[in-house]
Order: sequence, then C-alpha cells, then structure tokens
Amino acid sequence: MDLLAAPEAQNPLLPELAEMVVGGFAFLFVLFFLGRILVPRIQKALAERTEAIEGGLKKAADAQEEAQRALQEYREQLAEARHEAARLREEAREQGAQIKAELREEAQAEARRLIEAAHAQIEADRQLAFAQLRTEIGRLSTDLASRIVGESLEDEARQRRIVDRFLEELETSSDAQAVR
Amino acid sequence: MSAALPLLAAEEFHTPGLGLFDWPPLVEGASWFNKPALFALIAALVVIVFCYAAFSRPKLVPRGVQNVGELAYEFVREQCARPFLGKDSDRWMPLIFSLFLFVWIANLFGSVIFVQFPVMSRIGYPAVLAIGIWALTTYLGMKHQGVVGYFKHMMFPPGLPGWIYTLVAPIELLSTFILRHVTHAVRLFATMMAGHLIIALFSEVGWHFLFVQLTPLGAPLGVLGVVMTILLTAFELFIQALQAYVFAMLTAMFINGALHPEH
Repeated sequence: MDLLAAPEAQNPLLPELAEMVVGGFAFLFVLFFLGRILVPRIQKALAERTEAIEGGLKKAADAQEEAQRALQEYREQLAEARHEAARLREEAREQGAQIKAELREEAQAEARRLIEAAHAQIEADRQLAFAQLRTEIGRLSTDLASRIVGESLEDEARQRRIVDRFLEELETSSDAQAVR
Repeated sequence: MSAALPLLAAEEFHTPGLGLFDWPPLVEGASWFNKPALFALIAALVVIVFCYAAFSRPKLVPRGVQNVGELAYEFVREQCARPFLGKDSDRWMPLIFSLFLFVWIANLFGSVIFVQFPVMSRIGYPAVLAIGIWALTTYLGMKHQGVVGYFKHMMFPPGLPGWIYTLVAPIELLSTFILRHVTHAVRLFATMMAGHLIIALFSEVGWHFLFVQLTPLGAPLGVLGVVMTILLTAFELFIQALQAYVFAMLTAMFINGALHPEH
C-alpha cells in the first residue's frame, strides 16, 4: 500500500458506486440463500423440535395421569376384593356353623331314635321273658306241687331232700336255658 | 503494512492515514475489483457455506456445525429480533440473520491474519445495506400506515402541546426519515475504520521502532506498540461482533417502527 498517497485519498464518507454494487450483490447473494433456503429450514427444524419436546412433555404427563388412574383403579379393585373376601369368609363361617348345628341336631335325633328303639326292644324282650317265665313258673309250680303231693310226706327229712333236688334241677335247667 | 514500507520510511516515522483504505484494482481493467470487493464476496461465500453446512439438513437433535449455527441463529433471534419484533420475528429473521452474519464476517476480516482489512470500513458496503433497509422500512411503513399516515406518525408523535410540533415535525422528519439511516451506515463504517486505523498505527509503531529503526530510546515504544496491537486486536474482535449485533438490532427496530407506529 502506498502511504504517500494518503493526503490525496478521497473523502472516506462518500461511497463509491462500484463498491455499493459489489456489496449489494454480495448481500443479496447471502439473503437469497439464507432467506429463501437455509433459514426456513432451521426455523422448521426448531419449530419441530419445540413441538417434539412439548409433545413429549405432554405425552409424559398423559402417561403419568394414566398410570395414576390405573393405580387408583387397582387400589379400588383390591379394596373391593378384600371386602368381598371378608364377606365370603364370614358367609362361609356362618354356613359352616349352621351345617355343624344341623349335623349335631341330626346326630342327636338319631341317637334318641336308637335309644328309643333299644328301649322298645328291651321292653318287648322283657314282656316276652315275662310271658315265658309265667308259663314256666306255672308249669314248675304244678310239677312241684304234684311231686310234693305224689310223694309220701313221711318225714320232714325226705321232704327236704325233695325240695333240694327240685332246686338243683331248677338250677341245672336254668343253666341250660337262660331266663332273664 | 507492506514490503515497500522499510524502504520508504527508513529514517522517518510516518503515521498511517486514510491511504490505508485505498485499494488498487486486483485485476488490470476491472477497477471495481479490489481487495475490499474480493473480501465482500468472500464474506458472502463464507456465510453461505457456513449456513449450508449448519442448516442444509437440520436434525431434530443437532450435531456439530448445526449446534454452532443454532447458537448464532438463536442469539440473533433472542437478542436482535424478539425484543422489537416479538411475534413477527420469524418472518424477518431471514433478513436480520443474514445482515448479522454478513456484517460480522465482513468485519471479522479486519482481524484475520494476511487479510487484515474490515470490509465495512469502506463506506460503500454499510451504505448499500443501510439504503436497502431505508427502502424496505419506507415501503413497509407506507404499506401498513398509508403514505400520509406514515409521515403523520413520523412527524407528529402524540402527547405534545400543539405549538411544539412546529419544532418537532421537521426535526422528526429529518431524523427518522434520513439521519437515523445515515448514522446506521456511518456508525458501522466509522467504528471499523477507526479500529483499523488505530491497530495500523500501533503495529506501525512496533514495526518501525523495533525493526526499521531500532534505538535504545525507541525500543520501549516499539514494545508498547506491539502490546497495544495485541490488546486492541482483542478489543477489535469484540467491537466487530458488537457492531454487527447493533446493525442487526437497529434493523429490527426500524422494521418494527414501520409495522407498528405506536411503539
């Protein structure tokens, strides 16, 4: 650069047409590429990013809410299930108690019935035995009486032997034939 | 600044001047095609290539260059467009984002080694941008407020006592219709030019007193020049980005003023 030319330099505040044309051209060049093509692209990308982030946040919030709702639902269902289970248990217990009571009643009735039947049987047996005994006694009494009457009643000793023999016979026959 | 320097300034220190901003054509016959023009085109190319790499196939989950691109995009949207345009931001972001990147990269060439010339320090480049924005805002204002409404809103801001409008109206017309657009360009141009000049001055000091004419008395001055060059380059990196941000932000403000005059 020529320093000696300094005093003759033109007024620096007056623009030269040539450099205005060059500068204008250069800037329009920039404005065309940036303004028409590149800046809209980045604006679109930034808008998309904002949307994606906001969408993501909203989605997360929705998911949170959904999860909260599901949790609440599960809790309600669980409480309900517990309640239901308690109710069923109570019912079962009641039913069990009732069944037990019924069974006991039945068993008692059965026992009573059996006892009654046994009593009746015993009564019948007794009646039968009594009837048999009655005939037997009658027969024995007549037998004894005939023997006593048939034998000579000479002495008391003989009479006594007869009674003893009779009683012995009676004993042996009672062994063979059970009499109640 | 160039190889001819030691020969010319062997004995005497010359302050770098406005000659720094005069560039001969790079190709004989094409007078328009000088270094600033070349780097204006390269700046445009760099912006387009970067944005292509970042945004051509944007992913929902960004990787690599797209992260950097989105950082830049979101910075411009949140810091330049949204404060003024609000919901209209997305509609105007192509323009504002292009302006920010183009101006910033063009400025950044001031600190790129072997280039070391901020394109925006030639008034023509900011001027053409400012003129374009002036045309756009005027068109938008007339479209949204009507031709009469546009000038009425501009010249007669509500809430002032009647007589003062004789003073306010011409000032507002001049200021809003013309001067703010002039300063829009000049602010960018002047900061870039001044930054370039001051860095050139300190590097010239370093070069001259350490290499061309090394003397015991001059050497500390030369060291100071080098240190200042480094510090000011760091500062200049900040200013370059700041001016690009301001340029884009003011554009958003002007557009909003045209769309919604109450503001």
